[in-house]
Amino acid sequence: MTLLAPPHPLEKRVLLRRFPEPRTEPVWIDEYLRTGGYEGLRKALSMEPEQIVDEVKKSALRGRGGAGFPTGMKWGFVDRKSPKPKYVVVNADEGEPGTCKDRILMGYDPHRLIEGVLIGGRAIGACRGWVYIRGEYREYIDIVDRAIEEAYARGYLGSNVLGSGWEFHLATHTGAGSYECGEETALLESLEGKRGNPRLKPPFPATSGAFQCPTIVNNVETFCAVPDIILNGGEWYASLGTPKNGGTRLVCLSGHIARPGVYEVPLGMNMLAILNEIGGGVWKGRKLKAVIPGGSSSPVLKAEECDIPADYDSLARIGSMLGSGATVVLDETADMAKVLARLMKFYAHESCGWCIPCREGTTWLKKISARLEEGVGSERDLATIDQISQNMLGRTFCPLGDAAAMPAMAIVRKFRDEILEKLGRAEAFAPVPGAQPLVVL
Amino acid sequence: MTFSPELEARFAKMIANYPPGRQKGALIPMLLYAQDEVGAVTDEVIDEIGRRLKVSRVEIEEVLGYYTMLAREPRGKHHLQICTNISCMLTGGEELFEHACRKLGVGNKGKTPDGQFSIEEVECLGACSWAPAMQVNYDFYYHMTPEKLDQLIDSLRKLQ
Repeated sequence: MTLLAPPHPLEKRVLLRRFPEPRTEPVWIDEYLRTGGYEGLRKALSMEPEQIVDEVKKSALRGRGGAGFPTGMKWGFVDRKSPKPKYVVVNADEGEPGTCKDRILMGYDPHRLIEGVLIGGRAIGACRGWVYIRGEYREYIDIVDRAIEEAYARGYLGSNVLGSGWEFHLATHTGAGSYECGEETALLESLEGKRGNPRLKPPFPATSGAFQCPTIVNNVETFCAVPDIILNGGEWYASLGTPKNGGTRLVCLSGHIARPGVYEVPLGMNMLAILNEIGGGVWKGRKLKAVIPGGSSSPVLKAEECDIPADYDSLARIGSMLGSGATVVLDETADMAKVLARLMKFYAHESCGWCIPCREGTTWLKKISARLEEGVGSERDLATIDQISQNMLGRTFCPLGDAAAMPAMAIVRKFRDEILEKLGRAEAFAPVPGAQPLVVL
Repeated sequence: MTFSPELEARFAKMIANYPPGRQKGALIPMLLYAQDEVGAVTDEVIDEIGRRLKVSRVEIEEVLGYYTMLAREPRGKHHLQICTNISCMLTGGEELFEHACRKLGVGNKGKTPDGQFSIEEVECLGACSWAPAMQVNYDFYYHMTPEKLDQLIDSLRKLQ
């Protein structure tokens, strides 16, 4: 079967422009070249590296892996004059629950990724790169491997890229089952053949990354946006989105929605329009209860909060995140205590155990939320979850601790009544008519 | 120990992908591809890969304890990995997992006595828009139902 959805009229397809129709085969190199492939690279090779970074800065492209950090700025941190070799790493360890977009890009347009990596490599003066792909994605590792072979055979990779005298090598690197390795420094540890424990930052990878050399690490989708930015200019790309939130992004619709799928929308498109128009609304004619807007780590939104532009800054303003673009829809029947318990089970399983607030925090969040799911917890458990979460926030080596704490706090705060009702305690704790507050004399 | 010529060719290419003196980078990919061929990361696999990459046994044990796909004991010939994370949970992933356990008479991470099937409840497989999803070895199956799972298991049984 194909994983590509037919384009919806409200979509703006840039990354997916080669797919006006769903298909099953990837775009291999001949078709890629026929449809404007590697033109961005040709242009980049005629530019100064600083110009490439400037174009990406102008584009207002932000990291599509979850953190939303400005890509051009990240690239600008690399010291091109450093005597050390410089590296490019693609984060294709797609594992944030709800996220299923990188597989589309790798699985159908692998040369777009390779071209984006080459341009990034040129911008920082790199000599080598790796595509770190989660182990479960063997299907996509094989596709990217074949595309890399094609690119070597045609001179796009190798000791003399398109006769420019620049040497750049690229290979895939398989993960072996770990959510934590999607965190960039844990990924680098894994690339070096070790457990995926995160590193203390700073130094950031731009200074000391893969094998202690200057490195840029970006998500698959981020690199895939680069060829069009170079070809059409940063300003063109920026104009597709909203200020400081340039371009288009892939949105992965899942859960209780009529038309789940991966679609491409401009940054800033209204969340309800995405859900109702493109996604076809809530499934089975039910009502919307909540939306997880950017992967399981992003704080849940209540239905009435969803009438907002879906971009990084708008979601941050209401205390959530655009994250990885994974939008999970929960209908009126969704049991929020169960949602909480499942997510906490996930984070406890995936915590690498390297630092204590995360290792202990996720374990307790899992245990307490499991009680709530079973309906045997108490009202105090909600306060305990909130308190544990606050003690985790910002106190861990990597964002996995925050990624568990943020959704936990959002669920117990926004769905307190529902969870208490499930416990059958709501009534027990209602104000007693005629009771007077105690006064300490 | 020896690996197939195909795997040896892959290993030679893999090791060349890392900077000089940094061949340890190939460790995790080599362990996974070796496991695919041998069936598990056996003592022999550990010794052989450790020798080639100049990595000590304890460093390999550290890695084996961390990555969920690496296994010291062989799994079933058909390893069913059923996702029950959020998007799959909302669309029936838990029921699917329980159905598979009942049908095969084994629990999470269990293996049938004939060694044909094993089951694992897994975290997000990155197939959320086509949930509930599962994998048998490396093959993905989307929009699963208990009925489709029955058919799948029956067709895998016939492969024997």
